[in-house]
Amino acid sequence: MTPPEPKVMSVIEIENLTKDFEVGFWRKRRVRALEGLTLRVEAGEVFGFLGPNGAGKTTTLKILMHLIRPTSGSARILGSPVDQVAMRARIGYLPENPYFYDYLTAEELLVYAGRLLGLGAPQLGRKVDAMIDMVGLGPARRVQLRKYSKGMVQRIGIAQAVLNDPEVVFLDEPMSGLDPLGRREVREIITGLKARGVTVFFSSHILPDVEALCDRVAILHQGRLREVGALDSILDVSLEAHEIVLGRVPAGFGDRLRGAGAECKVDTLGDRLQVRTSGVPQLNTVVSLALASGAELVSVNPIRPSLEDYFLAEVG
Amino acid sequence: MRVLAIAHNTFRECIRDKILYNLIVFALLMIASSVALGHLTLGHSEKVIIDVGLTAISVIGTLIAIFIGIGLVYKEMEKRTIYALLAKPVERWQFVVGKFLGLLFTLAVNVAVMTAGLMLTLALHGGLPPGGYVRLLPAAYLILMSLAVTTALALVFSTFSTPALSALFTFFLWGIGHFSGDLLELGRAIRSETFAFVSRALYYALPNFSNFTAIDSRNVILTAAYHREIDAAAVGWVSLYGVIYTAALVGIASAIFARRDFK
Repeated sequence: MTPPEPKVMSVIEIENLTKDFEVGFWRKRRVRALEGLTLRVEAGEVFGFLGPNGAGKTTTLKILMHLIRPTSGSARILGSPVDQVAMRARIGYLPENPYFYDYLTAEELLVYAGRLLGLGAPQLGRKVDAMIDMVGLGPARRVQLRKYSKGMVQRIGIAQAVLNDPEVVFLDEPMSGLDPLGRREVREIITGLKARGVTVFFSSHILPDVEALCDRVAILHQGRLREVGALDSILDVSLEAHEIVLGRVPAGFGDRLRGAGAECKVDTLGDRLQVRTSGVPQLNTVVSLALASGAELVSVNPIRPSLEDYFLAEVG
Repeated sequence: MRVLAIAHNTFRECIRDKILYNLIVFALLMIASSVALGHLTLGHSEKVIIDVGLTAISVIGTLIAIFIGIGLVYKEMEKRTIYALLAKPVERWQFVVGKFLGLLFTLAVNVAVMTAGLMLTLALHGGLPPGGYVRLLPAAYLILMSLAVTTALALVFSTFSTPALSALFTFFLWGIGHFSGDLLELGRAIRSETFAFVSRALYYALPNFSNFTAIDSRNVILTAAYHREIDAAAVGWVSLYGVIYTAALVGIASAIFARRDFK
C-alpha cells in the first residue's frame, strides 16, 4: 500500500475574504471593499495583483498583514492564520507609499527592523551591510531618511522587507512613483528574490513590469476577482487577431477577399501582402483563399494583446 | 527584547525632537531666573529657588508628557510607519508598552537633567545645608511618578483619538485628578446617597494626582524647600499606587489598540 501523497500547501491561501468599511460620521453606511476573494499562491511564484485604484488590492494586503480584520472569510500564510505573530518572522512587507521614521538613518532603521525580527547582534550587522549593498544605498547609509528621495525610501523599504530572508514577500505598489532607473532596480531585486526561491506577491499599476516579472496574475475590480491565472493563459484566452503574410500574391487577390466577405485589413509590404484578421473563422477563410489562388503562405502569427490591452478591456 | 527595541526607538525619536530641547532650555532658564526671585526674599532665597525649580520641572515635564504622549501612537498611524512595524513579529501590546517605556525613560532623563540643573544653581548660589540636596530627590521622584500616570493617560487617548482631542481629555483629567479629594468631600457634604456613590466611584476611578503632590497633607515641593524629610513608607505606598494605576492605563491602551483596524 502506497502512503498517501502529502497535501501540497499553498504559501498564501485566501478563502472567501470579504471586507466592509463603515463610512460617514453621523449616518454610517457600509462600503464593500472586498467581496468573496478566493486565491492561492504557490511557493516560488511571482504573483501580480492587479486592479485599478479602489479595487481592493491594498485592503487585501492589509488583511494579510493583519492590519485590518476581514468582515468574513479567512487567510493563511505559510499554513498559519494571518493573526499569528510568530509567522511574521518568515515574511516581509513593503507598504504602499512607505514612510519610515525620518529621524533615523538607513542603517538605524534596518537595525531597528532587525531587532523587531528577533535577529541577534553579529548576524544583524552582517545582514544590514548586505541589504544596504543590495539596494545600493551604501553612500547614504548614515544619512537621515528625511533627506532621502522617494526612490531611496522605496529601496530602504524593500531592504527592511527582506532583511530576515523571508519565504514570502508582499510588496504593495513597489514601482509606484519611481523613475525608469528606479523601476529597473526594483525589477532586478524581485528577479533576484525569485532566483532565491522567495515567493513574491505584489500589487502594481505598472503593467509592463508585471508582464516582465510575474508567473501568474490576479485581476481585481471593484472588490471582486475578475481573472486569475498564468499570464500566458490569460492573454491566450483573449487571442483575437492574427497577422498573415503572403508572398507571390496574384493580381486581384484583394478583390477576391472582399468578394468572399472576409473582414480583414490588407497592407502591402514590398512584394508581399500583410493581412490582419479578427477571429479564427476569418483566419481560415483568408488562408484557404490564399492557398487556392496559388499565393505562398509566408507566416501566420497570433497578435497577442499586451496585459495593458487586456486590463483595459476587462476593467476599463 | 522587542519592547525594549520599540522603547529605545521612541527615546531616540524624543531626543531628536527640537521641541523637547526648547522645553528643557526653558525649564533651565526658569530655574536660573529663580535666583533673581530669591534675592527678593530676605534669608529664604534658596527656598524660593527650590520651590520655583521643582515647580518648573513638574510643569515642563507635564507638558512633555502630554504633548509627546498624545502623539505617541497617533503619529505612527498618521504617518503610516506602523504598517511596516506591525507586519513584523510584534504583538500590539508590545508596541504600546514599548512606546510608553520610551517616553517614560525620556521623562526620567529630563527630570534628572533638570534636577541636576537645579542643584547646580543652588550650589552656585551658596549651597544647601548637609543633606539638603538629597532631600530634593524624593520630590523629583514623585514628580516623575505623576508624569508616568500623565503619560499613560495621554497614551490611552492617543490610541483612539486625534492629538487635539487627546490633549483636551488629558488636560481635563489631569486637572480633575488634582482635585479628586475635593470631589470625595463634596460627596460627603451633599447628603445624597446616589451622589456620594458617584463621587466615591469617580474618586477611585480618576487619577489622584494629589497623592504625588502632597504626602501626609504636606506639599512635597515645599517639604523639600524647607529641607524636611519625606516619609519613605508614604513614598512607597504612593509609588505602588502610581505603578498600579499606570499599569491599568497602559493595559487599557493596549486593549483598545489591539482592536483597531489600520485603514
